Amino acid sequence: MREAPTAERGLRRPLKSALVYAALTGGAVLFSIPLLWCVSAAFKDVQTVFRVPIQWMPRPWHPENFRDAWTVLPFPIFVVNTLIVTCFAVVGQVLSASLVAYGFARFHFPGRRVLFMLVLSAMLLPAQVTMIPVFILWQKLGLVDTFAPLVIPAYLGGGAFTIFLLRQFYLTIPRELDEAAMIDGCSYFGIWRHIILPLSRPALITVLLFSFMAHWDDFMGPLIYLHSQEKLTVSIGLRLFQDQYGQTNLPLLMAASMLHIAPVVIIFLIGQRYFIKGIVMTGLKG
Amino acid sequence: MATRLWQRPAFWGFLFITPWLLGYLTFTIGPMLGSLALSFCRYDLANLAFVGGANYARLFAKDALFWKSLWNTATYTLFAVPLGLTGSLFLAVLLNQKVKGLALYRTLYYIPSLVPAVATALLWNWVFNANFGILNNSLRSVGMAHPPAWLQDPNWALPAFIIMSLWGIGGGRMIIFLAGLQGIPDSYYEAAEIDGAGSAAKFVHITLPMLTPMIFFNMVLGIIGSFQVFTAAYIMTAGGPANATLFYVLYLFRQAFEEFRMGYASAMAWVLFLILLAFTGIQFSQAKKWVYYEGELR
Repeated sequence: MREAPTAERGLRRPLKSALVYAALTGGAVLFSIPLLWCVSAAFKDVQTVFRVPIQWMPRPWHPENFRDAWTVLPFPIFVVNTLIVTCFAVVGQVLSASLVAYGFARFHFPGRRVLFMLVLSAMLLPAQVTMIPVFILWQKLGLVDTFAPLVIPAYLGGGAFTIFLLRQFYLTIPRELDEAAMIDGCSYFGIWRHIILPLSRPALITVLLFSFMAHWDDFMGPLIYLHSQEKLTVSIGLRLFQDQYGQTNLPLLMAASMLHIAPVVIIFLIGQRYFIKGIVMTGLKG
Repeated sequence: MATRLWQRPAFWGFLFITPWLLGYLTFTIGPMLGSLALSFCRYDLANLAFVGGANYARLFAKDALFWKSLWNTATYTLFAVPLGLTGSLFLAVLLNQKVKGLALYRTLYYIPSLVPAVATALLWNWVFNANFGILNNSLRSVGMAHPPAWLQDPNWALPAFIIMSLWGIGGGRMIIFLAGLQGIPDSYYEAAEIDGAGSAAKFVHITLPMLTPMIFFNMVLGIIGSFQVFTAAYIMTAGGPANATLFYVLYLFRQAFEEFRMGYASAMAWVLFLILLAFTGIQFSQAKKWVYYEGELR
C-alpha cells in the first residue's frame, strides 16, 4: 500500500517523468540521425547530397538510386552468395548446437563439467589466436576462395554462445517428457527429434536470428577467404562500392548500404520478442 | 549383467557432443597450438623455418608499430569500455522508469547496434567528414568556426572511433542491464524508502550492487571485444592518419594476410591472447570482492 502523494511529491513526480521522456526522446532522435541521414542521402543526387544546411527531404527524389546500386556492380550475385553462405551456416549452426546442447543438458558422462567449461571458455578466446592455422588448413585443402571455410565450421558445434543458450533452455523442459517417450520406445535421437526440438521453438528462433545476423554481417571471414569477384559477399561488395563510388557518387553508396542494412533490421523487427529474451538469457548468468 | 555400449546413456551423451568435440579439436585447440608453434617460426605460406624467439624479440624490441597499435587499442578500450558501460546503464535506468512506449524506445536505441559493421563504417565515414559531415555541420551551426577534421586529424581520429562506439550503447549490454533492473524486487526499494533513503542512496545501495553480475559480464566481454576492433578501422581510415587508428588486430591482419608473415602474426596473436587472458584472470579474481550473486550461499 502506498501513501497518498504529498504536495511536494505530487509536483516532483510529473517533473521527473517529463525529464525522463525528454531525455529518452532527445536521445532517440540523436541516435537515429546517422541512419536517417543515410536513408535521405540514398534518395538524393550528387548535387544535393552535400548541401548545407542538410536538406532532409530529398528534392528531387531519386528512387532509381536503388536500381542503380543493384545493377552497377554485380550486387545481385553478392546477395545470392551471402544468402548461400548465411543459410548453410545458419542451418549447420542451429542443428549442431542443438544436438550438442541436448548432450550437455540431458546426459551424464565422465568429464561433462570440464567439457562444458571448455565450451564456455571459448567465448573468451580472441579469434585471432586460431585464425592463421585455420587459414593454412583451408589453404592446404585447396578450399580458399570457396564457401567451405565460411560454412563447414558451423556444422561442428555451432559456437559457445549458441550451445549455452540452447542448453539453458533445454534444462527447463521437464524430463518426465523424455521418460514418457522412452517408455513408448523412443530412442535418444528420437527424443531430441520429437520432444526437444518441437518444444524449444522459441529458443531455436532466437539462435537462428543471432546466427543469421552474425553471418550476414561477417566481414573478416569473407575478407580472408573469398577473392574472386563472383564469390564475394555483400559486406565485401560494399567495400568495393566504396572504392569505386565512395568519392564520386555518395547517394549510390548509401543506397547500397541500405540494401545491406534492411534485411537485418526487418528480421530483427519480426523476431524482436525472441531476440530480446535470447540476449537476456545469455547475460543473466555468464 | 553388462549393458552394451550403445545402451548406455553416457555413450549417447558423448555421441551428441561429438560435433562440438571435433570442432573444438580442429578449429580451436589444434589451431591454438598451431599458432603457438608458428610464433617461433618464419612462414610465408611457402617456406617454413624455425627461428626460436626471434619473432617475439623483434616485436618487443624493434617494432614501433606493434607498440603503437597496442597503445591505440589500449587507449580505445580505456575510454570506449567504461563510457559504453556507463551509457548502457544510464539508458537502461531511464527505460526502467515505467515509461510508456518502452518497446518503441528500446527498438530505436537497439537498431544502431544491428547495423552491419561495414555499413556502420561507411555511414560514420560521412558523419565525420570534415567538410560536409553532419557532425561538423552541427558544430559550425552552434558557432564552432573550426571543428576538428576527425578522421583526417591524427589527434582526433581515435576519439572519433570512441564516439562512434557509443552509437551501440543501446545494444545487447543495455538489454542485459534492463533485464537486471527489472529483476530487482520492488520490496527492496520500499524497505529503503521506509528507512528514509533518497533516490541517490537507493541507486548506490540497491541498484548498483544488484547489477554487479551484469556489469561484470558486460565488462569482461566488452574488454575482449574492444581489443579486437577491426572492421571500422579497416574501412574508414586503413589505420591512418599517421597510424593514429592502427588497431592491434588491423596490424596483425596486415602482417598475416598482406605481408604473409604468418609466424610474426601468430606471435602477435599469442601476445594478444596472453594480454586478454591476464585481464580476464584479474577480473575474475577480483570479482569476489565486488560482484554480488544472490543465493550465492546455496
